[in-house]
Amino acid sequence: MKQKLVIIGNGMAPGRMLEHLFELSPDLYDVTIFNAEPRVNYNRLMLSPVLSGEKIYEDIITHGDDWYAQNNVTLHKGCKVEAIDREAKTVTAADGRVAAYDKLVIATGSVPFIIPVPGHQLPGVVTYRDLDDVDAMLAAARPGKKAVVIGGGLLGLEAAAGLQMRGMEVTVIHIMPTLMERQLDPAAAHLLETEFVKRGIIVRTKADTHSIMGETHVTGVKLKDDTEIPCDIVVMAVGIRPSSALAKASGFEVNRGIVVNDQLLTNDADVFALGECAEHRGNVYGLVAPLYEMARTIAETLVGQEAAYTGSVMSTKLKVTGVDLYSGGDFAEAKDREEVVLRDASRGIYKRIVIKENRIIGVVLYGDTGDGPWFFDKLKKGEDISADREMLIFGQSYAGGTPLDPMAAVAALPPDAEICGCNGICKSKITDAITAKNLKSIDEVRAHTKASASCGSCTGLVEKLLVISLGDAYKPNAVQPMCGCTDLGHADVRRFIIAKQLKSIPALMQDLEWKTSCGCAKCRPALNYYMIAEWPGEYEDDNQSRFINERVHANIQKDGTYSVVPRMWGGMTSAKELRAIADVADKFAIPAVKVTGGQRIDLLGVKKEDLPAVWSDLNAAGMVSGAAYAKGLRTVKTCVGSDWCRFGTQDSTGLGIRLEKFMWGSWTPAKVKLAVSGCPRNCAEATCKDIGVICVDSGYDIHFAGAAGLDIKGTELLCHIDSEDEAVEVIAALTQLYREQGHYLERIYKWAKRVGLDSIREKIVADKPRRVAYFERFQFAQTFLQVDPWEERVNGKDAHEFEAMRAFPKLMAAE
Amino acid sequence: MSDWIEIGLSDDVPLRGSRVVTTEQGDIAIFKAADARIFALWDKCPHKGGPLSQGIVHGHSVTCPLHNWVIGLETGEVKGLDQGCARKVKVKVENNIVLIDAAALRRHVA
Repeated sequence: MKQKLVIIGNGMAPGRMLEHLFELSPDLYDVTIFNAEPRVNYNRLMLSPVLSGEKIYEDIITHGDDWYAQNNVTLHKGCKVEAIDREAKTVTAADGRVAAYDKLVIATGSVPFIIPVPGHQLPGVVTYRDLDDVDAMLAAARPGKKAVVIGGGLLGLEAAAGLQMRGMEVTVIHIMPTLMERQLDPAAAHLLETEFVKRGIIVRTKADTHSIMGETHVTGVKLKDDTEIPCDIVVMAVGIRPSSALAKASGFEVNRGIVVNDQLLTNDADVFALGECAEHRGNVYGLVAPLYEMARTIAETLVGQEAAYTGSVMSTKLKVTGVDLYSGGDFAEAKDREEVVLRDASRGIYKRIVIKENRIIGVVLYGDTGDGPWFFDKLKKGEDISADREMLIFGQSYAGGTPLDPMAAVAALPPDAEICGCNGICKSKITDAITAKNLKSIDEVRAHTKASASCGSCTGLVEKLLVISLGDAYKPNAVQPMCGCTDLGHADVRRFIIAKQLKSIPALMQDLEWKTSCGCAKCRPALNYYMIAEWPGEYEDDNQSRFINERVHANIQKDGTYSVVPRMWGGMTSAKELRAIADVADKFAIPAVKVTGGQRIDLLGVKKEDLPAVWSDLNAAGMVSGAAYAKGLRTVKTCVGSDWCRFGTQDSTGLGIRLEKFMWGSWTPAKVKLAVSGCPRNCAEATCKDIGVICVDSGYDIHFAGAAGLDIKGTELLCHIDSEDEAVEVIAALTQLYREQGHYLERIYKWAKRVGLDSIREKIVADKPRRVAYFERFQFAQTFLQVDPWEERVNGKDAHEFEAMRAFPKLMAAE
Repeated sequence: MSDWIEIGLSDDVPLRGSRVVTTEQGDIAIFKAADARIFALWDKCPHKGGPLSQGIVHGHSVTCPLHNWVIGLETGEVKGLDQGCARKVKVKVENNIVLIDAAALRRHVA
């Protein structure tokens, strides 16, 4: 016959105890549980996410009804035990139910402490202990209503954050000078307070409650300094005390809690006390880790194993979304203690390890708590850390190797060690990608794995992985320098231009220690572009740093003559324009006239000195520069779309013209060619363009990163857009992102490959405010760029370019 | 003795830029470096005859606009791995006036 095990209470500790027990010996006991709460066992630690709305009750159930059925456990819900008869070995519940036991576990938990100030019994005063309390708070939580949370400890702060997320105006009042003073040192508490204030929660420390105001319901809280804080609910979260009244009444030894020995046995050899109601070696625990250790000890004892619980050091993690905080052990300052502290104020990171006799005795982590369990493990085990001390504060990732050889430390990391915290990329994912995709540089690793692509703090680690994977094949300084004038790569230079506010080429060369006095034909055009892109309206274009085509706004040919391409918006032209072009060709004896691939007309073989006159005539017919020479917006090719075509779904010609009129004049890292096709038959060949649009019945498919030159590559779909306005916004934003990130002469498809398609979609598609910001920057830059360069030169700009310094036609004749 | 011919003012040539002097024998490129020094070369790259006057001037060099050969302005010698030499024209500046050697033009024809 099975023995009878009765458990009073159904919290997390007895739940865990039963799991251990059934693991060890599933059939030893008939188990009966009396639960005062009308429900199954749930994860009380997860009440805060329920309060904040991030989870619902069903998400936090530990053992559902089926679990009790499977394990033949009788669960009495909503059934409070009122008496224990130690002689008869029975318990009696409020509803009269009686259960006999061979072994009894008292796990009555704790009750919230209520400060007995005047008004503490008013409706609207709630505690924070169980699901019913959460329901009571939620019933009162209405956006705009006010809550006061008394107590700036773990529970109080979680309650405050949850209520604030529900839209309430929350004030936390705390009697001590700093928040969570039992778990946090003042520095970490300050970071925490700052975070709460940033969220709009009012924090008043050193605030002592005088009374709770109100007649029939709470109306406010009055402090001892006479401050009155109006509110609709008051949450009392000032602490808990063991729930031991039943045990005391039943003749058990009770001090603060029910007194137990190392087997968690009370002064009755058949009765255990478990969890928050127990007092072990003078300590009462309120956190889950020690309770779980107790649970294991009881389970082992119940099956006859030798087990002992010897006390716990505790660690805490605050469960407020967006606040990473971890503390454990003893972190008070004292003479015989040393500490190692790491601060990174701008990232809001604070790490402190307290060491005594070469052992960790306390740890406080704020902002980056990933290594909390690792430190805490060393603390609990009492490991001698003197050998690792120099690298200790950097956490597990850096441990294992000697400090002199960080390479070995990285090599020693397990495959699942997290390298990139921002993107959650582990070591094996990076090394696998390096091998499988033959990656050679940090940029390629970023593009393929996202590792080090966000905050960049793990770049050093990723580089070490490259060295480990590739050996000598990896050049640690694999950054391709821009040119022989510098060791810096394009990305570095772009970053420095912004960081150091460099606004002229000489200033940049001085500041970045250029090796040549005035650069070369590779770096100068790049620098000129970067500054134009970065400082619209501020930077003065350096004509002498431009390649000849952009300097004279025509394309140099092999014989030193030029070609001239007037703009034809969206590829549309007219009899008037064609007549003017014909007249120009005749007048200046232009030897060749050709139709280009971008739907334009090219006049080839124009003498340089004729350029201004040619432009003047074209201007007179209403034509401007087609920028066929520019690292900039070139052409928007279109089909006839819904205007003419029986298959056309949208006005592709109109959109093409609109895009070209909006985007002309823009300088970009390399040339940008667009196309708009009116239907998926794609007559404008949009799917091999830098940016292409395929119109469909439901709107516009925006494509990008195609190529049909040195490389042939179909485009990638960026997104689908419903309206023409939004399509223009997306395309301009994409172009601006490329303007800001592209390396000089890097076409869109190469840029996209380097930074990763997802990183582009994330900024342009997923994040609407960000897209608008890019769009607006593009639009702003355009206000400085949409000036026809031909007209300027017709009017005399750079006249020296087009005139000989001196002509000597008759010199030889005179001899 | 050199026979110097005035071709214009040094100020007429932009810094890090160039101007062209046209002759019946072809163009002469007049360069002005960032340090304001004036150089003169026949305006033909030794590679494919590209107009050096249209290139980007950097240091005492110019990069040909057609295929990026880099030519030293002092000697006309090609720099880097390529080989060749653009023909030099004697030039001097006096009181901001740029003068070239007329004999060079004649010899070129002869």
